[in-house]
Amino acid sequence: MNGPASGTPAEASPEALLASIDAARSQGLAAVTAASTSEELAQAESGLFGRKSALGQIKQGLGSLPPEQRAAVGRALNDAQQALRSAHAEAARELTASARREQLQREWLDLTETPPGPERGHLHLVTQTTERLEDVFVGMGFTVSEGPQAETDWYNFEALNLPSAHPARSMWDTLYLDLGERSELGDGEGGEASNVVLRTHTSPVQIRVMEVQPPPIYTICPGRVFRRDTADASHMPVFHQIEGLVVDRGISFADLAGTLEEFTSAYFGKSISSRLRPSYFPFTEPSAEFDINCVICEGSGCQTCQRTGWIELGGCGMVHPNVLANCGIDFEEWTGFAFGFGIDRLALMRHGIDDLRDMYTNDIRFLSQF
Amino acid sequence: MKVLLSWLREFAPIEGDPAELADHLSDLGMAVEEMRILPSLDGVVVARVAGLRPHPEADRIQLVDVELPGFTGEGTDGALQVCCGAFNMSVGDLVPLATIGATMPDGMQISERRMRGEVSEGMCCSAAELTLGADAEGIMILPADMELGAPLMSQLGLAGDVLYDLEVNPNRPDAMSVAGVARDLAARLGVSFRIPDPVVSESGEEISTVASVEIIDGDLCGRFGVRVIRDVSIGQSPLWMQARLTLCGMRPINSVVDVSNYVMLELGTPNHTYDLALVPGGYLGTRRSAGGERLVTLDSSEREMLRGDGLIVDRDDRPIGISGVMGGENTEISDSTTAVLLELAWWDRLSISRTSQRLGLRSEASMRFERGTDHELVPVALDRFCELLDRVTPGGVSVCSGRLDGRGDLPPPTRVRVRPARMSHLLGRPFSADELRGLLDPIGLQCAVLDDDAQRDGGAADGALEVTIPSFRPDVATETDVAEEVARHYGYQRLGRTVPRSPEPGRLTPAQRLRRDLRRVLVGAGLSEAMPNPFLAPDAVRRAGIDGAEPVRLLNPLATEESVLRPSLLPGLLTAAAYNTSHRNDTVSLFEIGVVFGPPPTGGADDVAARVLPTETEHLGVIWAGGGAADAVHLTELISSAFGLELDLENANDLDGMHPVRAAQMLLDGQPVGVVGEIDPVVCERHGLAQRCAWLQVNVEPLLAAASAAADRPYELVSTYPSSDIDLAFAVPDHVQASQVRSTLLAAGGDELRSVNLFDIYRGDQMDPGTRSLAFRLRLQADDRTLTDEQAADIRQRCIDAVERAHDASLR
Repeated sequence: MNGPASGTPAEASPEALLASIDAARSQGLAAVTAASTSEELAQAESGLFGRKSALGQIKQGLGSLPPEQRAAVGRALNDAQQALRSAHAEAARELTASARREQLQREWLDLTETPPGPERGHLHLVTQTTERLEDVFVGMGFTVSEGPQAETDWYNFEALNLPSAHPARSMWDTLYLDLGERSELGDGEGGEASNVVLRTHTSPVQIRVMEVQPPPIYTICPGRVFRRDTADASHMPVFHQIEGLVVDRGISFADLAGTLEEFTSAYFGKSISSRLRPSYFPFTEPSAEFDINCVICEGSGCQTCQRTGWIELGGCGMVHPNVLANCGIDFEEWTGFAFGFGIDRLALMRHGIDDLRDMYTNDIRFLSQF
Repeated sequence: MKVLLSWLREFAPIEGDPAELADHLSDLGMAVEEMRILPSLDGVVVARVAGLRPHPEADRIQLVDVELPGFTGEGTDGALQVCCGAFNMSVGDLVPLATIGATMPDGMQISERRMRGEVSEGMCCSAAELTLGADAEGIMILPADMELGAPLMSQLGLAGDVLYDLEVNPNRPDAMSVAGVARDLAARLGVSFRIPDPVVSESGEEISTVASVEIIDGDLCGRFGVRVIRDVSIGQSPLWMQARLTLCGMRPINSVVDVSNYVMLELGTPNHTYDLALVPGGYLGTRRSAGGERLVTLDSSEREMLRGDGLIVDRDDRPIGISGVMGGENTEISDSTTAVLLELAWWDRLSISRTSQRLGLRSEASMRFERGTDHELVPVALDRFCELLDRVTPGGVSVCSGRLDGRGDLPPPTRVRVRPARMSHLLGRPFSADELRGLLDPIGLQCAVLDDDAQRDGGAADGALEVTIPSFRPDVATETDVAEEVARHYGYQRLGRTVPRSPEPGRLTPAQRLRRDLRRVLVGAGLSEAMPNPFLAPDAVRRAGIDGAEPVRLLNPLATEESVLRPSLLPGLLTAAAYNTSHRNDTVSLFEIGVVFGPPPTGGADDVAARVLPTETEHLGVIWAGGGAADAVHLTELISSAFGLELDLENANDLDGMHPVRAAQMLLDGQPVGVVGEIDPVVCERHGLAQRCAWLQVNVEPLLAAASAAADRPYELVSTYPSSDIDLAFAVPDHVQASQVRSTLLAAGGDELRSVNLFDIYRGDQMDPGTRSLAFRLRLQADDRTLTDEQAADIRQRCIDAVERAHDASLR
């Protein structure tokens, strides 16, 4: 890249030197401009800077000039070098940036081409519903109690004011366990009360709570329950219930109605309210059926509620004095209420599922919808 | 329980809108499941058969000339011509005719039509077609005194009548009768209620000369009333009775059976009739069976008695009926019966319940006896039967004078002390004694103010009432029971609503909260929650490769496939995974948190329940269809890091259900808490799973307990000094677990060794047989200084020495 301006310094006059500086500067700037890649710019560098460049050679010849002329030429030389450096730096920056731009452009991606990645799993609808219910009651000051799924006849029936020949026992189709010799052991010691059943409701948990915890008691008992029912669209031999129990001083039927109303509007929304109708359960007196406004039509009447505007949710009542007494609680000092309803049906209602069995096929196409 | 409004009105002047009455009934605890206003069927009228002619083209149809005032038609002499498939009527009979344009109860519209070329100008109706009776074969023959041309339903008094179908709770024996429902409704409406006195005209001999009754076991039978009726001729009961019975769900049979059922429906008193000629000496005895006796009941099946079952026996102690459940064939009334022995008894509720349940014989009668009938109604019901049978039998019957009235152990009258303050407390609203009396007296719970002495005996003068419980409410026995009656008649909906507040805040226990966290960790790891059936087929356990103890069996399973309780979550999740792969979703990963069952614990626990109940253990099970052991190991690590736990794995061969050499036990603080690895491919194949399946099972309780303990772990200061990494690769014999090498490194490295991560494993030509290369990256860092090169080298050497010494390994 040595230009024609390069000559032997010995021959140079100041004027000629200034002219060649000018020429070298122009040529150098042209070379910088001409470089279209960082590589070309790097190749051009030896012609621009350093001893062998045009300006470098001129600089070497500077010493032969008389000192009084040297300053002007030197200044011109410095200016030219400065100009070339800054042009070079500018070009280098620009070329790096455009190279980066081009490189990024080449990395273009159709983000929708991405094959599916890892998926999040899904909680079972029964779990989701149970947790929602628990949260509402915890917010109302309740604790959550649990107990065994296999129970003695005492906990499942007798303590609940259902002695063995009670006709109301036929309200539950009970599954019994065959524990062989162990059952006989029970028969020997505790009579029928120690027969082992799969709990038909979570009420035995209430008994266990009352046995160990002195009142006041505010607790719910969610859990799995069992009936000797053939599976169909609205029955399963294994399903889930939530029961509630309050035992405190001065608890009245009005407290039961108020608590259920508060739960109803917290869980179903303010547009849904509850009502109580007389009913019968051996473990409560007075007993009631607990209805809510139909969640589909909000009370105006539809097919789901058989045009009544109401849906039967569960049973409730004041804890029977015999039940309190069975747990060693003085029923003159303490009174209480209890309620219970199915969890599975709430899940079905919420999502418009017609067949209870669908919830238990464990089909991922079902599970992954919720 | 079905009741007709017109029938209720025979006991109380009940007026009002049928729908409002339905609301009252529901509000009183007799939920109206269906209300039906009977159609007036204006187009179905009383007509006379004027002539009968054969159909020229058909044998099974005849032509009926029907006379109906104001109508002329194609029949003989201008009568209407109707084609009819029944042949039971005679000229002159009155029959129901559905005229052209009439709508039948089933919605069918009657139009003029031709049958085999002959015009039919209407339809003669059977009782069944009009939903007034069971007979679908013949045309209804109407009483001769009906008004020709008048609408039939209004002639029967049924037009516009209202049929309520009530759901009656087991504690309401009184509501199992028309009279009882009327009593409750009348009290709510504030109108008077009365059971009319039956009128019986007696004639002939004194009953004691032809019949006798003996109660041998008084604890079985509290009262046994008998009447004898002669000159009985069995025939059809009148239409009005048939219609009422049919509408209330009973099939009309004949006059005697119909009257028997009618009395039961009306008064709630089941009763039984014997052919007097078949009962030697008219003797009826009742006792408990000693067991082994046999009797052929009315349904023609032979029943064997167990000890304690209630029996009716004859003079020769031969069984002729099962108390309160079903009579015997040997004394059954028949068309030739002329004298009837009528039994109206009060039985012990539990005895009837036991026997009827055991025999699977639940009848309208046993259902009422089980709940408890009203023994005070025995003479009334006996008389009502006689009155009705006399009315429905053409020419009447003769009733022997007097009744037999055997007495056994009847429950003593119940008196309950009712404190207004207690009522107010229980119901959350003040009730005065007067108010209570106003609510209780109308339903037969008679209130008296306790006198001063009694007040003193009962403590403070609290204005308590003494409430006498009537015999028709055996369910009401305590003050609390009375509270329900007060609430019912005051109205549940009118009682207030208050919300009590727990003195403690609501909360989940730590374990409950952590179980929720665990579920969310699992869901985050891509696992979906399944809920397989906890009941298994007996061989399902073995099919899943699980040996060991016999699973707990159900005594009365619904099916063999669901006859044992799961001892493991594996069979259920295998089935769930297989279901999905068979539906073309072959890489599902599912988890379940659920209880598994084992035999009761051995060793003496203090209370019976703990000794007899099966052990229940909450497990987490995870299956990865199409997954490998690494999936299970990674989840173990994820759970460890989520809950701040150290879960170690120890390779273990031949675990139940697991791949023989691809499985490990999960250890928590050195104690086994679970299993990870791959499922035995043989087990997978048995379940139709062609692909590899990974498995993790862990006992939830110790896991959450440790998580709870670790929840408040203290903060470890993050060092601000630079760290450095050292990579070490060892040749390690295969029998040494990588985790053992890692533990050795951590122990040897000391405080400054912050982490050890296995980053490369190599097996191949460059390694001696039976060894592999394990490469670990060690991160070194001190809390208080920058480690010098010498210090780092020192740690490195300590680590190398320790591994080489402990594991027969060499640095590569």
